[in-house]
Amino acid sequence: MNGFMTPQSSIWWMVLLKCAILLLVVITTFAYAMLAERKVMGWMQLRPGPNRVGPWGLLQPAVDAVKLILKEDLTPKTADPLIYRLAPFISLVTAFAVYAVIPFSEPGPGNVWAVGDVNAGILLILAMTSIGVYGISLGGWASGSKYPLLGSVRSTAQLVSYELAMGMSLVGVLILAGTTSLVGIVNSQAKLWFFIPQFIGFMIYVITAVAETNRAPFDLVEADAELVGGFNTEYSGLRFGLFFIAEYINMLTVSCIATLLFLGGWNAVAGLTIVPGIVWFLLKVAFFMFAYIWLRSTFPRIRYDRLMTFGWKVLLPVATLNLIATAAYVAVRG
Amino acid sequence: MSRKNLYNVGALLAGLGVTFKFMFKRKPTIQYPSRKKKHAPRFHGLHELRRYGDGKERCIGCELCSSVCPANAITVIGAENSPADRRSPGERYAARYEIDELRCIFCGMCEEACPTDAIVLTPRFEMSDYRRGSFIYSKDRLLVPPEAGTGLAPDDRPNGIPSDLGRVAEIKSTVDTGEGYDATWRGTILKTQTKGLAE
Repeated sequence: MNGFMTPQSSIWWMVLLKCAILLLVVITTFAYAMLAERKVMGWMQLRPGPNRVGPWGLLQPAVDAVKLILKEDLTPKTADPLIYRLAPFISLVTAFAVYAVIPFSEPGPGNVWAVGDVNAGILLILAMTSIGVYGISLGGWASGSKYPLLGSVRSTAQLVSYELAMGMSLVGVLILAGTTSLVGIVNSQAKLWFFIPQFIGFMIYVITAVAETNRAPFDLVEADAELVGGFNTEYSGLRFGLFFIAEYINMLTVSCIATLLFLGGWNAVAGLTIVPGIVWFLLKVAFFMFAYIWLRSTFPRIRYDRLMTFGWKVLLPVATLNLIATAAYVAVRG
Repeated sequence: MSRKNLYNVGALLAGLGVTFKFMFKRKPTIQYPSRKKKHAPRFHGLHELRRYGDGKERCIGCELCSSVCPANAITVIGAENSPADRRSPGERYAARYEIDELRCIFCGMCEEACPTDAIVLTPRFEMSDYRRGSFIYSKDRLLVPPEAGTGLAPDDRPNGIPSDLGRVAEIKSTVDTGEGYDATWRGTILKTQTKGLAE
């Protein structure tokens, strides 16, 4: 488990197969996460949500996909064509790349429930999600139009500010677990899930995760009311769809990280080990996804200066103090 | 005080509680094309031109509806009845009767002005179409077919004005709101419009 990859999973066709399955699963999850969001938000707003296409609206994602694919792909005259066209792919590829290292269940003998069990998994995830910011920033910049530019400037400022607090909140967990391997972190939570000793870190992570994925109430980057659509104002058709997919996959990613780092990953609730680990993992991720939708339909968008104040003057100091306290505790207790 | 609001965690949790509770509430949505709301009897919708029990048209071509119409939506061109072919009991009948439903504001003044209760507003409301010209309803679509029934004229009611005024329009129109009605009804001729004088 501490090697770069376990022997079984390093067979090339095995890796390819895992990649293919993962891609399929993640895309399908995205499609139905979107439908779930529209349904749940509808219910919370006393509407039934989409229910016309297929039984209970279940074919809605397919129809939406067809619509997005058939729409015209516009490039504004003032845009930088190469970067403008490239940006959605930066977002999407980095969003997908994260899933290479996420373990979905307990590693069996000679096999892992991940494409690769990298011993610095969490660092790779943080690196990848940081690169993903470039998709949004460059997309808004290259559009050559004022609202996307404002959106991209906001995204740079917001994501940089909140990434600091996010990193700080994760380091507490890493200190407690003593490893950066995701499998190792989950295994060290067998007795006690980290959201109890690291409750402050957990709260900070959940808040910053919402900001990092540009979701309401921190969706300043898109801010439909003030910036039309923010960074994606000029995008249409499939390129808009790619940004859309990337946003939801990022939601899924941060939910997975929260599950792995704070909620004990595939560890069973109340000793119910009859239920396979993968089910526990998915249930926990689903809980976070629901929380996302819940937050979005409850809170209005926060004002920009308050977002910054909150990030720099509240989250960052608290995260730093939490980190120092955790480090001191571990140093004293040995 | 604004700062207090921003970090008021209790209020944030209360808000989450409200949305969570609303998730399970009954949704007031009416699934429109498959289910239709029952309108009030006096709902002002699409017009119809009624007939007498013997099949004769009520309209006598007096053009009062046309002159009272605040939106100038009604065009009436009257003609003399010939003894060989009596279209209405009076001297004249409407040779041409057209309502531009896009101009119409559905105020019901035509209904009030009509001395013979020929023009009435029904609760039908589904009139959407693809061309503007299709919204000019002429007699072929306004005049009810003889078999559609006549409704009741206010004159026929005992003791003059009834106490339940709410049922007046229901009685006047051939549409029975109690029994339900086809909201897309357009007379016997559907989606076709013949220009010029209705024969």
